[in-house]
Amino acid sequence: MKNLKFLIRTAYRDSRQNRGKLAMFMSSIILGIAALVAINSFNYNLVNDIDRQAASLLGADLTVNGNREIAPKLKAKFDSLPGESARELELFSMASLEDVNEMQFVRLKALQGNFPFYGKLKTVPVEAATDFRNSNGALVDDGFMIQHGLSVGDSIKLGYATFYIAGRLQSAFGSAGVTSSFAPTIYISLSELNKTKLVKEGSLVDYTYYKKLPEGFDADAWEEEQKMLFRNEGMRITTVKERKEALNEAFDMLNYFLNAVALVSLLLGCIGVASSVFIYVKNKIPSIAVLRCLGLKGRQAFLIYFIQIFILGSIAVALGAFLGSFIQLILPLLLSDFLPLEVTTVLSWKAIGEGLVVGSTVTILFALLPLISVRRISPLRTLRSSFEEEEGERDYLSWLVYFGIIISIFVFLWYLMSDLIMSAYFTVGLILSFVLLYSVSKAIMWAVRKYFPRKWSFVLRQGLANLYRPNNQTQTLLISIGLGTAVLAMLFIIQGLLLKNVQQMDAGNQPNMILYGIETDQRDSLAAMTRENGLPLIQQVPIVTIRLEEWKGRTKSEWLADTVADISRWAANREARVTYRDSLDPFDKLVAGKFIGEYKGGNDSIFVSLGADFAEQLKVGIGDELIYNVQGTRIKTYVSSLRKLDFTKMQARFFIVFPTGVLEEAPQFHVLVTKSPDTKTTAEFRGKVVTAFPNVSVVDLGMILQALGDILDKVSYIIKFMAAFSILTGLIVLISSLLLSKFQRIKESVLLRTIGASRKQILQINATEYVLLGALSAATGICISLAGSFLLATFVLELPFNIQWLPILAVFLFVVGLTVVIGMINTREVVSKSPLEVLRKEVE
Amino acid sequence: MRDILKVENLSKVYKSGSKNLTVLEGINFSIKEGEVLSIVGPSGSGKTTLLGLCAGLDKATTGTVSFYDTVINTLTEDERAALRSENVGFIFQNFQLIPTLSALENVMIPLELQGNAKAKHRSLELLERVGLSDRYDHYPTQLSGGEQQRVSLARAFSSNPKILFADEPTGNLDDETSHNVESLMFELNKEENTTLVIVTHDMELAGKTKRIIQLKGGHIVSDMLNEHTTVNA
Repeated sequence: MKNLKFLIRTAYRDSRQNRGKLAMFMSSIILGIAALVAINSFNYNLVNDIDRQAASLLGADLTVNGNREIAPKLKAKFDSLPGESARELELFSMASLEDVNEMQFVRLKALQGNFPFYGKLKTVPVEAATDFRNSNGALVDDGFMIQHGLSVGDSIKLGYATFYIAGRLQSAFGSAGVTSSFAPTIYISLSELNKTKLVKEGSLVDYTYYKKLPEGFDADAWEEEQKMLFRNEGMRITTVKERKEALNEAFDMLNYFLNAVALVSLLLGCIGVASSVFIYVKNKIPSIAVLRCLGLKGRQAFLIYFIQIFILGSIAVALGAFLGSFIQLILPLLLSDFLPLEVTTVLSWKAIGEGLVVGSTVTILFALLPLISVRRISPLRTLRSSFEEEEGERDYLSWLVYFGIIISIFVFLWYLMSDLIMSAYFTVGLILSFVLLYSVSKAIMWAVRKYFPRKWSFVLRQGLANLYRPNNQTQTLLISIGLGTAVLAMLFIIQGLLLKNVQQMDAGNQPNMILYGIETDQRDSLAAMTRENGLPLIQQVPIVTIRLEEWKGRTKSEWLADTVADISRWAANREARVTYRDSLDPFDKLVAGKFIGEYKGGNDSIFVSLGADFAEQLKVGIGDELIYNVQGTRIKTYVSSLRKLDFTKMQARFFIVFPTGVLEEAPQFHVLVTKSPDTKTTAEFRGKVVTAFPNVSVVDLGMILQALGDILDKVSYIIKFMAAFSILTGLIVLISSLLLSKFQRIKESVLLRTIGASRKQILQINATEYVLLGALSAATGICISLAGSFLLATFVLELPFNIQWLPILAVFLFVVGLTVVIGMINTREVVSKSPLEVLRKEVE
Repeated sequence: MRDILKVENLSKVYKSGSKNLTVLEGINFSIKEGEVLSIVGPSGSGKTTLLGLCAGLDKATTGTVSFYDTVINTLTEDERAALRSENVGFIFQNFQLIPTLSALENVMIPLELQGNAKAKHRSLELLERVGLSDRYDHYPTQLSGGEQQRVSLARAFSSNPKILFADEPTGNLDDETSHNVESLMFELNKEENTTLVIVTHDMELAGKTKRIIQLKGGHIVSDMLNEHTTVNA
């Protein structure tokens, strides 16, 4: 272009004294892009690390896992594989800390062989990782040891056996740290497990077999070949490749969440860009009019400011990418409890590149919205300061810019999610949210005008009228602050919902303590002990382990091979824990058929009752035949009834219930459910039980609540950290929206002061306006969050929706307070200076 | 002498809500090259609107404004901008200097718009002419009102415009400064041989021009030569 040099020179000269005014514009971009780059860098590093560390995450080249001992024919197959083997049994149990007189529910892992073959068990002292394998030593979770003040060398009782603590386990192998808050991990040698007497027929034990294969052996091909055979026996083969895929899948949700946060920050940043450029352009109108008067064309005027915004925007995008790369150093620290692997923090050029491209695109598009109006600034403004360009005629370019914004959001989402339909839904959802917020703001302004309370005091009327006066900030604030509040409030609502749901389990006469792993000869004495301690025997049921072999005339293998039948592999393969009883459990609801509680023997048929959902998974209904293998004996049964199970109560629930008279002689253990009035009684009773019956595990609701609270605290901490991005960007938008009308407000206030209004009155008018704005924005955001959490609770979490108003009220007050404080800081100039001083400044 | 500006049957109507407000109606006059005239009238008589139309800042509702043979009101805004850049200069009551540019840069703008390679040289010359050679790197806020208007004069004459429009050029200045600025404006006008149109309600200033067009209620009530003019044109 002929005049390009002139335009660049003018852009540079014009920006010299204004760069500070564009700080808001730059901060919006910096924060938005920083969030995006930080999150994407973290994601890419995570994916790379999963890729790199997959072998050490699995600890072996191949594992076989199931909830029962491997069948001999499968064992033979597994043993025929070349290479070194190892084996692990995992179960939950009580640990008795005799030195400190405390009990703890723990995850016990009994290990045989040199597992892990890749990676290490991190212990202090280091040699403990090997020593415990050949002794009665135990590796104990470090956090657990700190919590109970234990030291290496102390003793710990597991079941009937006492172990010495060989070392501190610094990270549980292959699992996320957060799981240890529920049941800390303890490793012992498999050869010592028998002494604990914790594993009996029917105990809940997880069996894993590990293999280290020679280099070049194709584990995936072997897995593909043997998969069905193992699956039909309820065993699962996992290879390094599968583990990698499973981990990537597991982190998809985390990615979705983090991406959503990045997107919200970026969008708020975009609003910040648009509103700060709008203010900038507004301040530039007189200069632009003069330039137009001197012969500058509309297009040239636009280019001068476009060049400024483009250059400053590019610098801001680069700074944002730099800041984001720095923040990603912190993210792995925050998320470490949720990650089973160490995430490296190298620079991700891919994420930086994306940040630069996305940042530049959105900055330009959102800045264009106010910038294109520069083309239409009339030179007549030089003669008449009050001149307004004629409206009516729509600027077609603005439609083009809106279209560009929608398309770029869609493309960006598509890139993030790799799902065309989802990104389309998301884009439409975002547009709808914006339209909704925009409409609400319009409606509020209309309603205030229409039903204006003329009898209110002067101060209140002035403050209220500011909501719809020219240069009002109602729309911008409602959108930006509304969106920020919605994110924050939704976080609190969902967190409250999850905790309340668990707390309610304890309400009224609901049980809050389960004792399991009780052997038949311990049943009566434990029941007696429970009563002696003044606790009710709410439920005491036997549990027998059985396996499904045939149903509706076809074997399990036939069913599993039939891809059309679409039966649940889980329901078919699981080693089922069933009970028997003579009547329907009062907590279950019969939905079909008749509950038959007694088998009379002889030619009588055995009628079982199934959980309705479970029956659906097997595609069976009333009258259908099922053949079970009860520890070697085949038993033919018929479905007599279907029940709806309630999982919200702390009680043993059974998908399959047998009548009495069938399973009494089968190997079994028992579960006892009771209710403890307080934590003191719980602790005392637990102590007595574990001392008298070391193989019995005691789980109480308080423990679950505490563990869940811990997890939720950690989750919400991360969410809050990420939401801080959105809120911070929202604050910048808030400041720029307030600045937007600052000059107008200053003029009005100065005039009011000149004609006699006191400083106090001016402050009150401004405060009223900001209180109203903050309250309306926060209320709109909270309404959106309520609708969002209702949908989330009902359709995703499937929890009864109820609201805890206290945290919501706190969010509301926080947002209103913040708006007022920032608003008042912004207008302090009006009251702290004399009217004359401000008037003079206005003239300048 | 050729007519540099010809105004025929000019009217301007603004929409005010649902009502039409006629600001100018049936305006006819022409201005010869090198002429110095003033348009006077009370507040609201349509002076500034007429200036805006003559300078190509606005479009007439009916009638024509011709610059030589070019009918201004058929041009697009960008074509009018090009015409202004080449031929028109402005002096405003409130100076209208760009606050972010130094005195020198303000003067250079019209020349740079034309792609003039000697913009700086010419601007420095003009600043020296208006007595501000030592203040060339000052920003408008660092200059007094009189000094700002002198920079504005230098800017107006910098691109050798064929016609110069001055809207109340001394309206924001005290008597003494007004007198100095007026003298400088007429001197420069004479040196550069520019057509000068002054819009003012200051009869003393108007009295210094050779022709006075008087407006009232949007109509020309008189258009006469000033026998007592102090300015040669």
